[in-house]
Amino acid sequence: MLGKLTIDALPFYSWVAMSGAAITVLGGLIVLGLALWFGIRRVWTEWLTSVDHKRIGIMYIALASVMLLRGFADAIMMRSQQAIALNSEGYLSPDHFDQVFSSHGTIMIFFVAMPFLSGLMNIVVPQQIGARDVAFPFMNSVSLWLTAAGASLVLISLVLGKFSTAGWTGYPPYSGIQYSPDVGTDYWIWALLIAGVGSTLTGINFVVTILKRRAPGMTLMRMPLFVWTSLCTSLLMVFAFPALTVAAALLGLDRLFGMHFFTNEAGGNMMHYINLLWIWGHPEVYILILPAFGVYSEVVATFSRKRLFGYASLVYATAAIAILSFTVWLHHFFTMGSSANVNAFFGIATMIIAVPTGVKIFDWLLTMYHGRLRMAAPMYWTVGFIVTFVIGGMTGVLLAVPPVDYLMHNTTFLVAHFHNMLIPGALFGYFAGYMYWFPKAFGFTLDERWGIRAFWLWLIGFWLAFMPLYALGFLGMPRRMEHYNVAEWQPYLIVAALGAALIGLGIACLIIQLVVSVRQRNEALDLTGDPWDGRTLEWLTSSPPAPYNFAVVPEVRESDAFHEMKRRGVAYQRSAQYTDIIMPRNTGVGVIIGGLAFVLGFAMVWHIWWLAIVAALGILIAVALRTFEDDTEFVMSAAEIQAIEDQRRQVLAAATTHVDEHTPVRDAALAQGVP
Amino acid sequence: MTSAANTAGRAGGTRALEVDVYEEKAFGFWLYLMSDAIIFALLFATYVVMAPNHAGGPTGKTLFNLSRTFAETMLLLCSSITFGFATVAMRGHRRRAMLTWLAVTFALGAGFVALEIGEFAGMYARGAGPQRSGFLSAFFTLVGTHGLHVGMGLIWILIMSIQALVKGLTAPVTSRLFRLGLFWHFLDIVWIGIFSIVYLPGVL
Repeated sequence: MLGKLTIDALPFYSWVAMSGAAITVLGGLIVLGLALWFGIRRVWTEWLTSVDHKRIGIMYIALASVMLLRGFADAIMMRSQQAIALNSEGYLSPDHFDQVFSSHGTIMIFFVAMPFLSGLMNIVVPQQIGARDVAFPFMNSVSLWLTAAGASLVLISLVLGKFSTAGWTGYPPYSGIQYSPDVGTDYWIWALLIAGVGSTLTGINFVVTILKRRAPGMTLMRMPLFVWTSLCTSLLMVFAFPALTVAAALLGLDRLFGMHFFTNEAGGNMMHYINLLWIWGHPEVYILILPAFGVYSEVVATFSRKRLFGYASLVYATAAIAILSFTVWLHHFFTMGSSANVNAFFGIATMIIAVPTGVKIFDWLLTMYHGRLRMAAPMYWTVGFIVTFVIGGMTGVLLAVPPVDYLMHNTTFLVAHFHNMLIPGALFGYFAGYMYWFPKAFGFTLDERWGIRAFWLWLIGFWLAFMPLYALGFLGMPRRMEHYNVAEWQPYLIVAALGAALIGLGIACLIIQLVVSVRQRNEALDLTGDPWDGRTLEWLTSSPPAPYNFAVVPEVRESDAFHEMKRRGVAYQRSAQYTDIIMPRNTGVGVIIGGLAFVLGFAMVWHIWWLAIVAALGILIAVALRTFEDDTEFVMSAAEIQAIEDQRRQVLAAATTHVDEHTPVRDAALAQGVP
Repeated sequence: MTSAANTAGRAGGTRALEVDVYEEKAFGFWLYLMSDAIIFALLFATYVVMAPNHAGGPTGKTLFNLSRTFAETMLLLCSSITFGFATVAMRGHRRRAMLTWLAVTFALGAGFVALEIGEFAGMYARGAGPQRSGFLSAFFTLVGTHGLHVGMGLIWILIMSIQALVKGLTAPVTSRLFRLGLFWHFLDIVWIGIFSIVYLPGVL
């Protein structure tokens, strides 16, 4: 009846696992409590069933934030274990330590970075291109809930059963049924498969949105850079994620049906898995990083009060990175033993990627050069990124040299390198975007002081946590060690643990910043919709924007469209007449599909076949019934829109006397536009 | 599809710009097909890598029956033609003709799936199941994934026939039929790949 699921699945085997399970259950109860506090009906009708891209974006980022806490808990456990585990067992058993590093990587990549960037894209891209929503709002909701279903599978593995011990990449034959007979690897496979489908759909959605829904006059070369990076990321999602799906599915077939794709016997070929995984895996790195590059480009131009330097070169660099990202996957396994020529090809291709990335760094620096800089919190993250990221870039070029890679691979040098890419290169960018666009999403700005404190703790914490790992790599320390007997390593590991603790304080500052800002929101209201004197169209809408974003679709004449409109004095012009707007209707089908996908994954993990069949049929029926639904939209009447826009104009009129910081362009625009 | 049938929106309502929603959906569907094509490309690559790994088990030469495969191919190719006839009927707003052609397409597709299931069952009975060797794992997965797609296509044909019956040939229904057509022809192309990369070299 319940397949392999028995009472033994509960984590009574160690106090650490039990407290993890307890915290997970507690977290679930807190979420439920919050929903009750806000009112279940309201949460359901206004949020969970929403197909509004802005709300979906906010829910993505909420998911990412929760998962960041979980992923960080894993990180601090590893760092503290390694700090004390010289000639000792530490407090984590080897099996448990393996689960911790596997879930850390899986969570950070799939359930922090992916939802965070999807959330930013959702909130910002439609507004930046002057659109009223994404091309497929319902599919957008399905993507969100599939991602949430995958995240839930990882979370529940802490309570029922175990998580994978095979690392976030799940290499066979170790991840095969012979060496990993428990359910951990299955949790990993199904979480990835389900979330992967969600990501593919997100990619399709944004490619169509960006290519088909731009405001009149917004040619490709007038798109804001965040839109460009989102376009390239979405294309990578469409074309790279199938490789992950194939790799994970074939591994699942090996495990489930005893097939021989990646086994050690009967004609299996485990290296083929590693090829498939990295054909997805390397483009994935750029899926994560490119949107952050887009954020930096927006932030640096706005806070330097200058046009972006070298816009076209940034566009071409982005496109070049996207294409080259498909040509370098083999550098993840130079030691596989391909011929020297093959390794040389991939080594050189890898080094070539450093060129467009370098172009970008110079473009950002030259945008700041002679700009009138305002050091707001998003700028701190940007500058911190530039300084830190170049180090990671250089160690990357080092690792791209195959002979060097033979020495360094599988050491903590590699761990330091990719954290040096992904923490400044992706996460800092997401934080910058979060602080930059928060007022747009919620209507009030975040507290600057706590944001800057969070930045310094993250930056210093990062350097302390990862620079020692470079040194340890040179000293020959392999990655993923549960305990060790080399006394020389321990001081570095203690410093790294201190760094992780500082990062923990940085996360605490982010939480405090949110709490403080919410409590003092009335003093930091963004009445103009344009708190930073922005340059792109998302700042034209009110904060938070009306459901339809733009009552009248703006006409674009050049890049930095909104800045140009403010200069011409037409930004806040009153429209003579409003027309009806067709809006997508909310639907619960997305939540239902996500829920059923979770049940399907759970049932497959525990071999509860009847439940898997029920869930799969349920998904099929839900999709089929949805295709019968032609009436998925409703009309917002011109009168309704008129009322919303009139109110907005009153707020704008009041805002002209209430802006904290006066900037010539914005003041002039407000003065001209408001009666 | 005619552009008149395509115009989005209802009287009085406007979108952000004059968006042609059905063209958007077709474009999105093309992207999905490209993404699916990569899944098949990787399964083909997997098959080519695994094909020599018989592990002492049966090979394509003993397992594949070219006349059966030829019958499968004919059924699927003909179903593409009949789907084309259905599309022509749809454009002429001849609903009954369209439904008839869809039914013929369904029958041909179902015949294909039946032959394939028979082939798989026969191989299984001879001890040549997917657990036997890397070669057979790759074979069953590649061909089976295609067969699964055809099965989904059959369900979709049923759904669209019901919609055409209940709703008539409205703009949303014809746009869905158009995308179903893309899907169906795409499976044809994949099958030609399977025929030339799996069966032909396997027998030769």
